[in-house]
Amino acid sequence: MTTDHDQLTIHEAHRLLEERRFSSVELTRACLDRIRYLDERVGAVVTVTEELALRQAAEADKRIAAGDAGPLTGVPMLVKDNMCTRGVLTTCSSKMLESFVPPYNATVVDKLEEAGAVIIGKANMDEFAMGSSTEHSAFSPTHNPWDLSRVPGGSSGGSAAAVAAGEAIFALGSDTGGSIRQPAGFCSVTGLKPTYGRVSRYGLVAFASSLDQIGPLTQDVTDCALVMNAIAGHDNRDSTSAPIPVPDYTQCLNGDVKGLKIGIPKEYFVEGMQPEVEDTIRAAIGQLEKLGASIDWEVSLPHTRHALAVYYVIAPSEASANLARYDGTTYGFRYKDGESMWDTMEKTRQFGFGAEVKRRIMLGTYALSAGYYDAYYLKAQKVRTLIRREFDEAFEKFDVLVTPTSPTVPFTMGEKLDDPVQMYLSDVCTLPINIAGLPAISIPAGFADGLPIGMQIIAKPFAEETILRIAHAFQQATDWHEKRARI
Amino acid sequence: MKLSREEVLHIARLARLGLSDEEVETVREQLSNILENFEVLQTVDTDDVPPTAQSIHLSNVLRKDEECASFTQEEILANAPQKEDGFFRVRAVLE
Repeated sequence: MTTDHDQLTIHEAHRLLEERRFSSVELTRACLDRIRYLDERVGAVVTVTEELALRQAAEADKRIAAGDAGPLTGVPMLVKDNMCTRGVLTTCSSKMLESFVPPYNATVVDKLEEAGAVIIGKANMDEFAMGSSTEHSAFSPTHNPWDLSRVPGGSSGGSAAAVAAGEAIFALGSDTGGSIRQPAGFCSVTGLKPTYGRVSRYGLVAFASSLDQIGPLTQDVTDCALVMNAIAGHDNRDSTSAPIPVPDYTQCLNGDVKGLKIGIPKEYFVEGMQPEVEDTIRAAIGQLEKLGASIDWEVSLPHTRHALAVYYVIAPSEASANLARYDGTTYGFRYKDGESMWDTMEKTRQFGFGAEVKRRIMLGTYALSAGYYDAYYLKAQKVRTLIRREFDEAFEKFDVLVTPTSPTVPFTMGEKLDDPVQMYLSDVCTLPINIAGLPAISIPAGFADGLPIGMQIIAKPFAEETILRIAHAFQQATDWHEKRARI
Repeated sequence: MKLSREEVLHIARLARLGLSDEEVETVREQLSNILENFEVLQTVDTDDVPPTAQSIHLSNVLRKDEECASFTQEEILANAPQKEDGFFRVRAVLE
């Protein structure tokens, strides 16, 4: 196998597997080799599951030989390390779960295995998915394959960087406030956050339960549709998953955007936005207009400016409740030399969690505590209603809204590490979408001095097909998504 | 909105989170700064606006109460920091 195959799409790999140009075992070995060769510099992978991968690849080769292969069969991929994998470490990139081996699979992992995908390992992330740069991993930060001195975004930075570096053909990420889209934008890959409830969260380690959603990180929109076909759908084990039929997401990839109405909310072109990002996104929107979509540049969603505060009340509040389970009793890290039960518990949490996780637990506990609940948590939930209503009204007029994914290109490592508010602001364009539970994608839209810029396309709940159709048409007309990081 | 050291210690206790003296000071500064950024919320008129707890409007999701396969005791205890005779072992709760 030649290195030309290192950065294949799923659909290319599928065709070449079907044509017997190489076997899944060969393709899997090529990805494992690439991880060995590159990942010391990229830091995208926390656990390599070579033995499992080669076993799954051999199974996939049998399915291919029997003419029983689906689009994902035999394709090597990575799972973000906050999704449970039976018998395989699931650490959330935290010392707290450093040696945790789940006895069960997340539903998405079961579904990928049924589809014949080959799991080659677990992807690095910000600890417990809290962060925007993957510098908050307890093990090591992930580097951006386009410029190793810069962050890949976060919290699914390992997933995005691995796909950009060709270490895996696709990856799963999770998105609570931008954690799929912002790293997809920073690493020039395609990343979809589905509608809340579209993909089962069973087996996803909970961060903020009303906001979390799993989705694909891929080389292009066709791949994104193929992964969605495999992972979307209702699950009895997640009562918040939607009992709504799943379409074939490849059927909407027809290149036709004529007559679609696109709104551009001006609040997303925020103060402090890098001029190159704004120019690039305006040019990309111009491209959509050339393809026949009608553009309204004067849309206003005034409550957008409250989204950051709403998010940073609601997400840490839910996190403080969800992370109460890490007490060193039934699983995970336990501090050995505590003086009493309470002391053991407090020190377990003191030494098991990193700085950002502790910061959010404190913030959430404060917002939920007696005397502040109404002023913070309840108030944020009410403003959440207003944000959702504003989107609902916009989607009466528009098929989609288009914005930048992030206000800047990838920032340098360490740049925002000591200033949480600056770090939080890098998600200012993606947070409102989780607050409202909407689907949104980030696709490559251009570069500034060789650094990637992502465009975000947002739709109403369960309108992933509209998003994919427009994003696909854009990729038919441009080649930003075909540019590969050279490292 | 500046938090006092006592307030930080109170919240840490509610969260059962141990903090070093240095962490208490850092958290005090950073939380104060973050909370200052939240004050904008108080300016939004939310009279008669109901709260949204989650965005998908499902409620009372029920299933049949049927027997199904579960994990074995061994599987559940496999990740325990300390175990003994099929139990999780913890520090004495009552001293």
